[in-house]
Amino acid sequence: MRKLNTPLTEEDVQSLKAGDHVLLSGTVYTARDAAHLRMMDLIAAGKPLPVELEGQVIYYAGPTPTPPGRAVGSIGPTTSTRMDASTPTLLSHGLRGMIGKGGRSEAVIAAMKEHKAVYFAAVGGAAALMAQCVTALEVVCWDDLGPESVKRLTLENLPLVVAVDCYGQDAFELGQAAYLEERA
Amino acid sequence: MREIQAAAITETIRNLCIEANRDLPQDVACALHAAAAEEPWAPARDLLDILVQNEGIAREQRMPICQDTGMAIVFAEVGQDAHIVGGFEEAVHEGVRQGYVEGLLRKSVVGDPLRRVNTGDNTPAILHTRLVPGDQVKLTVAPKGFGSENMSRLGMLTPADGVEGVKRFVLETVREAGANPCPPMVLGIGIGGDFERVAEMAKSALILPLGEHNPDPYYAALEDELLALVNSTGIGPQGLGGKTTCLGLHILAGATHIAGLPVAVNVSCHVTRHKTAVL
Repeated sequence: MRKLNTPLTEEDVQSLKAGDHVLLSGTVYTARDAAHLRMMDLIAAGKPLPVELEGQVIYYAGPTPTPPGRAVGSIGPTTSTRMDASTPTLLSHGLRGMIGKGGRSEAVIAAMKEHKAVYFAAVGGAAALMAQCVTALEVVCWDDLGPESVKRLTLENLPLVVAVDCYGQDAFELGQAAYLEERA
Repeated sequence: MREIQAAAITETIRNLCIEANRDLPQDVACALHAAAAEEPWAPARDLLDILVQNEGIAREQRMPICQDTGMAIVFAEVGQDAHIVGGFEEAVHEGVRQGYVEGLLRKSVVGDPLRRVNTGDNTPAILHTRLVPGDQVKLTVAPKGFGSENMSRLGMLTPADGVEGVKRFVLETVREAGANPCPPMVLGIGIGGDFERVAEMAKSALILPLGEHNPDPYYAALEDELLALVNSTGIGPQGLGGKTTCLGLHILAGATHIAGLPVAVNVSCHVTRHKTAVL
């Protein structure tokens, strides 16, 4: 299986095709609904973001509290489409990749093509298993948001599927069509 | 009259919150294992195997199955001959508070829908209370994640829409949900009643044992037909294609008005959790 490390380069992204399985390692940042709204407010006010986004990957996730003696609690993806409204703006600020679950809007896919970005799907609901692929967690900012704060994660071989590639191909459409064709 | 202390209700709710989030109910686990064994499409089978592994890891390592440990939906059946000593509703909320804090479950509730400040302890619960014969109190905690809850729909159909309209509505709901609610899904379907009753029936249908049917043969047949239709969409596990789009569904139906045909579909995921205790 293809192994990838963050930060992602444009070449990394261009080599990925919808449906590819990858193991992702390195630093990623969690952000979900509330953190996206705050980032959009900062951008609108012309202020710097808490994280320099160039080449980075955002994981749409809010883990359970970390139990004693462990690196992280259960952690898996939340539904990505809720972040669609903010995503083109973040892509224009250098965001290179996203991890979540479910499909993306046409506007997001168009912005991904324009800015050469990739969207990965993690296995929704497999949060106890995927916790084994996170070796460190640190809150970066907005602790008042609790599970929605921005956290820096260190990943080790997190299994992902390329859900939408930088050419606009969509693994959900392709996968469903392939199954239905095989069954017919 | 039998006395039940509010503190006992709090302790029971606390434990149910923790257990429900770590142990997938036997019927849901069985349905997941069976689906993994029967899925004809290899990529879908691989995904189902991961979900089966995850469920085992959560149980063995005492971790939440899913990071979305949900809003705590509580169904209480209170025997009319039981006397609860102390405040009942506060006892339930306190149990949720203790369960989510001490069980290291995620706090996913904001106190106000527009001003959105996290309450920090996952309260309040959504509490459904019914008065029933007897002197016992039956408590069910069903943590509900919102990845799937957001995909749920309610429609006020008309009598002319009939059963075909209901089938169309269910399939539209599933197709619109697609990959978002962490398929394979579990569906709770309410038909009849009024605007709020139909939604409550749909939620209640989610905690019925998978594999069992509506006792009315008409609705049992409709359950089978709908499950086959949903599993022919090709959405598959995680929406990446395959047969297993839905692990199971239940219909609850009730009396309605001559002018109406309410239908509600409460969408749930492969981590459809619930745990019950009787005091």
